[in-house]
Amino acid sequence: MIYEPSTIAVVIFFVFVGITLGISFWLGRKAQDSQGYFAAHGQIPWFVNGIAFAGDYLSAASFLGICGMIAFYGYDGFLYSIGYLAGWVVALFVVAEPMKRLGKFTFADALDAKFNSPGIKLAAGISTLAVSVFYLIPQMVGAGVLVQPLLGFDHWVGVVIVGVTVILIVVTAGMVSTTWVQFIKGSLLVVFSAILTVMILNRGFEVSTGEEATGLRTLSLPDDVLPAPGTGWELIEPSGPWIGTDFIRLQDAAGKVSVWTKHESNTMAGRQSFLLEAQALTETADDRILVNGEQKGSKKGEAELHAIGHVSKLPDGYEPGTPVGPLEFFSTLQESEVVLWGSKLLIEEDGSKTTVYFQKPTPGSQVLRPGEHPRFQGIRSAKFFDKLNFLSLMLALFCGTASLPHILIRYYTVKDAAAARKSTIVGIATIGFFYVLTLYLGLGAMTSGAMDVTDSNMAAPLLARSMSEWLFAAISAIAFTTVLGTVSGLILASAGAVTHDILTSYFKIEMDDSKKVRVAKIASVVVGTIAIVLGILFEGLNVSFLVGWAFSVAASANLPSLIMILFWKGVTKEGVISAVVVGMVSSLTWILLSADSMSKVFGFVGHEGFVPFGQPGIVTIPLGFLTLVTVSKMTAKEVAAT
Amino acid sequence: METRNARIGLILFFVYLALYGGFVFLSAFSPDTMEATPVAGVNVAILYGFFLIIAAVVLSLIYGLVCDGNDAPGSASPKADSTGDGEGSK
Repeated sequence: MIYEPSTIAVVIFFVFVGITLGISFWLGRKAQDSQGYFAAHGQIPWFVNGIAFAGDYLSAASFLGICGMIAFYGYDGFLYSIGYLAGWVVALFVVAEPMKRLGKFTFADALDAKFNSPGIKLAAGISTLAVSVFYLIPQMVGAGVLVQPLLGFDHWVGVVIVGVTVILIVVTAGMVSTTWVQFIKGSLLVVFSAILTVMILNRGFEVSTGEEATGLRTLSLPDDVLPAPGTGWELIEPSGPWIGTDFIRLQDAAGKVSVWTKHESNTMAGRQSFLLEAQALTETADDRILVNGEQKGSKKGEAELHAIGHVSKLPDGYEPGTPVGPLEFFSTLQESEVVLWGSKLLIEEDGSKTTVYFQKPTPGSQVLRPGEHPRFQGIRSAKFFDKLNFLSLMLALFCGTASLPHILIRYYTVKDAAAARKSTIVGIATIGFFYVLTLYLGLGAMTSGAMDVTDSNMAAPLLARSMSEWLFAAISAIAFTTVLGTVSGLILASAGAVTHDILTSYFKIEMDDSKKVRVAKIASVVVGTIAIVLGILFEGLNVSFLVGWAFSVAASANLPSLIMILFWKGVTKEGVISAVVVGMVSSLTWILLSADSMSKVFGFVGHEGFVPFGQPGIVTIPLGFLTLVTVSKMTAKEVAAT
Repeated sequence: METRNARIGLILFFVYLALYGGFVFLSAFSPDTMEATPVAGVNVAILYGFFLIIAAVVLSLIYGLVCDGNDAPGSASPKADSTGDGEGSK
């Protein structure tokens, strides 16, 4: 049983969240005018702002998504860590100081500083909304994921709790409290992740095989005959969706059916065949959930999926359970064998759906190399488009950070460009340290024996649970406040875009200061509600994967204008508007037409999509630059001619 | 944008771009190189990944040390640029 709420966890969780909210409300009392609400009066100390950068940026995607991806596939999740941090280099070296000098409340301010054009404000405001909503989805999914095991609630309840709490924070307080929430959670996240990493190194590695250790059986096939004679098992001939699969179904003497996969290994006695038990989760046509053919549940006669994450072989010379050093951790794993898990969905004729989760014993050297996750298959593929997909994602991660509106507005909370620079340096150091830890956390979860085979996002909290219940509660609460901090920033960025860029600057609606703040609060409620709905609809998608898309949209829509305004005198307002619109629409369209969206968003499983690869950045970022230059040159001539 | 800080920033940006580009292209076009274990039994993928993270921190510290306090012509207010000759066009 993986999910079982405990009183200690619940109490610690609510204490954490309560303190965070209390601080938030107390600090938020001071921010009553728009300068205070949107930009904290520019009075946040640079060090606090730097840690708040980390708190804002290290979202559910970083903590839950990356750790989960590493825990399930190995090194590949770390590629996100590298890309996310590299993006900060662009933010510091190119964008930070000009952003601070050019803007006031929103990212659109900086784009529009030279032109004073309502059209730019509208385009940038809509782009801010699009990117923020895209980024909000994975945060809300992460919230649902967290609350499920901790409090025993359904996914949607978690999403609603986060949504309502964040709306409360943003509506009552604004940037001052959002900053302090992000500062607190950023500090706690890094400190507790470091503690967890030390515990992982101290625990070392253990071999876990067989039914006693893992709950899963292994059957030897001495003569490579199915089923092994004299064992009482009966082979079920494949039928329906089982035909053509590698799965073997066996029935025991009591009539119970189990699913297996066949493997071979070299032993002292030569090459031997054996079967490893898989796990089957079935959703029947009449909406019952079955685990390995039995009703899902913890009562007698019911069954639960077994926790996964085991080492099946360790290198000679390593004493199991011995603490390892930071580099020895990798060199030991490199020589070990880890049981990873694959999954396959089978749909029966009666409409029932069975997902088979099967064991994949994998050499450590393979776990620690890039290119094992389907998303990164381009690395080992001979196909040109697969490689292009990988390059495209890494480009989007590199360019995306400096284009994220909720990160950019944080530059307005400090007093000057020097403070903006210093706070970014603190942010990079904090975030960099955390991303180093993600590799230990992910691989520690992979070998913890505590993971949920159905949900990669739960890897980090369940790793903590494998250490202690207290740590699990603390990590879950921090992860929850992580979601709160990031979602607050996103909603605030969206509210600023609606109030400042769209209503005031484009529609010229006259508002006094208090009305501006009131309208921003209403916008926060609306955006928060949209986020809740989307968070429920997108349950089950890896949150880091979703954030990759948000980065692509941000980089395509915002970066070309931001960079060109800083480096090219020939930019015109028409060029900026066109670049933002083309970048945003092209990247969103590309994503929606990709094979990933077809299967995971629209439900057309197996559809190849209408674009050659999933990640749009390598096409749509240059397209944004090209549009800006072309339109600027065309409109510059018009001006010259008149 | 021709301030001293901006020039330093651009140089450091291109240094990091070269390092990051090297990692990405090595991963994409020579994945076997990433599997080699040159130091302490740890593979190139991990060593290069950690190096990139440390390099980002080191370069940002260098930037912080060599930059001027507030190396910007004009005021901090965006409205100061409303003449159309703002920082962005310089």
